[in-house]
Amino acid sequence: MAKGVWIVAEHRDGALRKVSFELASTARKLADQTGDEVAAVVVGSGVEAMAAELGKYGVDKVFVADNAAFEPYTTDAHAAAVAKAVKDNDPAILLVGASAQGKDLAAALVGKLAAGLATDCTDVKIEDGKLVAVRPMYAGKCFGEVVFNAAPAMASLRPNVFPIVETAKAGAVVKFDAGVDAGALKTKVVEVQKEASGKIDVAEANIIVSGGRGMKGPEGYGILEELAGVLGAAVGASRAAVDAGWRPQSDQVGQTGKVVSPNLYIACGISGAIQHLAGMSSSKYIVAINKDNEAPIFAKADYGVVDDLFKVVPALTTECKKLMA
Amino acid sequence: MNIVACVKQVPDTEAQIKVKPDGSGIDEGGIKWVMNPYDEFGVEEALKMKEKFGGDVTIVCVGPARAMETIRTALAMGADKGIHISDPALENADAYTTASALAAAIKGVPYDVILCGQRAIDDDSGQVGSVLAELLGIPQVTVVTKVDVDGQKVKVVRPIEGAQLVIESALPAVITATKGLNEPRYASLPGIMKAKKKPVDVKDAAALGVSADAKAKVGKFIPPPARPPGKIICADDTPEGKAAEVAKLLREEAKVI
Ligand SMILES: Cc1cc2nc3c(=O)[nH]c(=O)nc-3n(C[C@H](O)[C@H](O)[C@H](O)COP(=O)(O)OP(=O)(O)OC[C@H]3O[C@@H](n4cnc5c(N)ncnc54)[C@H](O)[C@@H]3O)c2cc1C
Repeated sequence: MAKGVWIVAEHRDGALRKVSFELASTARKLADQTGDEVAAVVVGSGVEAMAAELGKYGVDKVFVADNAAFEPYTTDAHAAAVAKAVKDNDPAILLVGASAQGKDLAAALVGKLAAGLATDCTDVKIEDGKLVAVRPMYAGKCFGEVVFNAAPAMASLRPNVFPIVETAKAGAVVKFDAGVDAGALKTKVVEVQKEASGKIDVAEANIIVSGGRGMKGPEGYGILEELAGVLGAAVGASRAAVDAGWRPQSDQVGQTGKVVSPNLYIACGISGAIQHLAGMSSSKYIVAINKDNEAPIFAKADYGVVDDLFKVVPALTTECKKLMA
Repeated sequence: MNIVACVKQVPDTEAQIKVKPDGSGIDEGGIKWVMNPYDEFGVEEALKMKEKFGGDVTIVCVGPARAMETIRTALAMGADKGIHISDPALENADAYTTASALAAAIKGVPYDVILCGQRAIDDDSGQVGSVLAELLGIPQVTVVTKVDVDGQKVKVVRPIEGAQLVIESALPAVITATKGLNEPRYASLPGIMKAKKKPVDVKDAAALGVSADAKAKVGKFIPPPARPPGKIICADDTPEGKAAEVAKLLREEAKVI
């Protein structure tokens, strides 16, 4: 019988990513309900020390595959390593981050393990001893409760949604040989082009300041960058702004961009087309700044400001600076 | 060079999604069906490869009878032939089952590259391309914005949080397409006429030896939680006054800044 709640811990540049602590905390909560242990898999090079850190968030045991061939991440190397650990230990539940890397890994594992996966979940719970995963579908136009008929039941968790809770556990290291032959790998990362440091990705931001066609051009985003700087926010964009070449593709929010659920979403000069609303309606709080009082975005906004954004946004930046000083 | 492009038929992005009262699915009445936008990027890239290197583009689709229209759209864009996997048993197939059906169909087709959309905008699962690669035992590169084929290798650009990765993969491989890769062409009128005569093979699950047992399924569909009505900030009717009021509400009421 499959047993235990597992996570795949994600790390980059030698440090665990925040989503790993979200996964560990969530796994602990589920395991306390099923009376199981929490185990993490860490695949990388020089990663053994990460085990202790995972222990702080409720991880009992950490399976570590340490090998130079695991840096940087490639799908074939990491999926093979995680699949080996899973096959050897037969966990009931496997949680992964719904980050770029986590989604890539999880989908490959579905193939390797003949398992079922609920992608980008916003809630997970135990019913009758089994995992039930809740996830947005149709970019959030509806939700689905996913049930599983195979082990492990897999879910990828949307970053920034699940709380981080400290629970001290052993985080005991179990080294394993993933049996991955570096020479046989078929893919290779040949270059990493980093974006300006400090840039926060919209998919992982607590606060998003987003601009649409109403920004009038790429220069218009200067005032959004300033507000974002004060709030520690990411800057997002509507498709109209991306298609006009004002903002990079990676900033697009919506049904054919990123589906986001930050604590606060500030929409500036965005009308609120159905494809945009789909991508951001699950944000906790929504502010809309638009000069057209009939814009559909106001139907979703907690706080609406009908006015010229070029006057409101700089004033908002000043006010936030004052309040947060 | 032989290329396979996988496509799915999905509700148009304009569609309002209504959940059936018993939560068993969505109400399909009034929905306009289109090719999944991410698959359009895949088909476009396949056609570009064909233009550059020659060869055939085969479209493979799992879907009910109406999905034939989406296959014809891809053929009208310029693809050469289609395989339509149509079986009521596959209607609510999960990613593993869908990929198994695709893999079984693709095994009978010569291929150097397989293109898929990075996710379908209906179930938003983003798994089928990856599972397909695993089942065929070939490498995968997912969610890419640039593809350069060079002999027996392909180089792609894959955006991740805060960076772009340049990844090299051996061929054959599965590549999943995302927005930014290209601008899909529209089908021309002569293209639409020609598409009617292009061959499409229709197969069912039994013919492919695929079991429809789902590993995961949506037990219940739920409408999104309603948002409580918001307020329009009037304050003293100046932009500065409204901004001050919003900042105060975000700080004191919402407690998010
Ligand atoms: C297949 C498909 C997929 C799509 N996917 C997406 C997606 O993922 N994401 C997405 O965003 N869109 C998507 N769209 C596009 C969508 O339909 C809209 O066209 C787009 O969202 C509009 O962007 P916008 O709100 O910035 O522009 P507009 O609709 O033009 O709105 C601009 C707004 O700015 C306001 N404004 C102008 N000047 C000012 C000012 N000075 N002060 C205050 N307000 C001002 C106007 O009142 C207006 O409401 C998709 C469309 C299709 C067909």
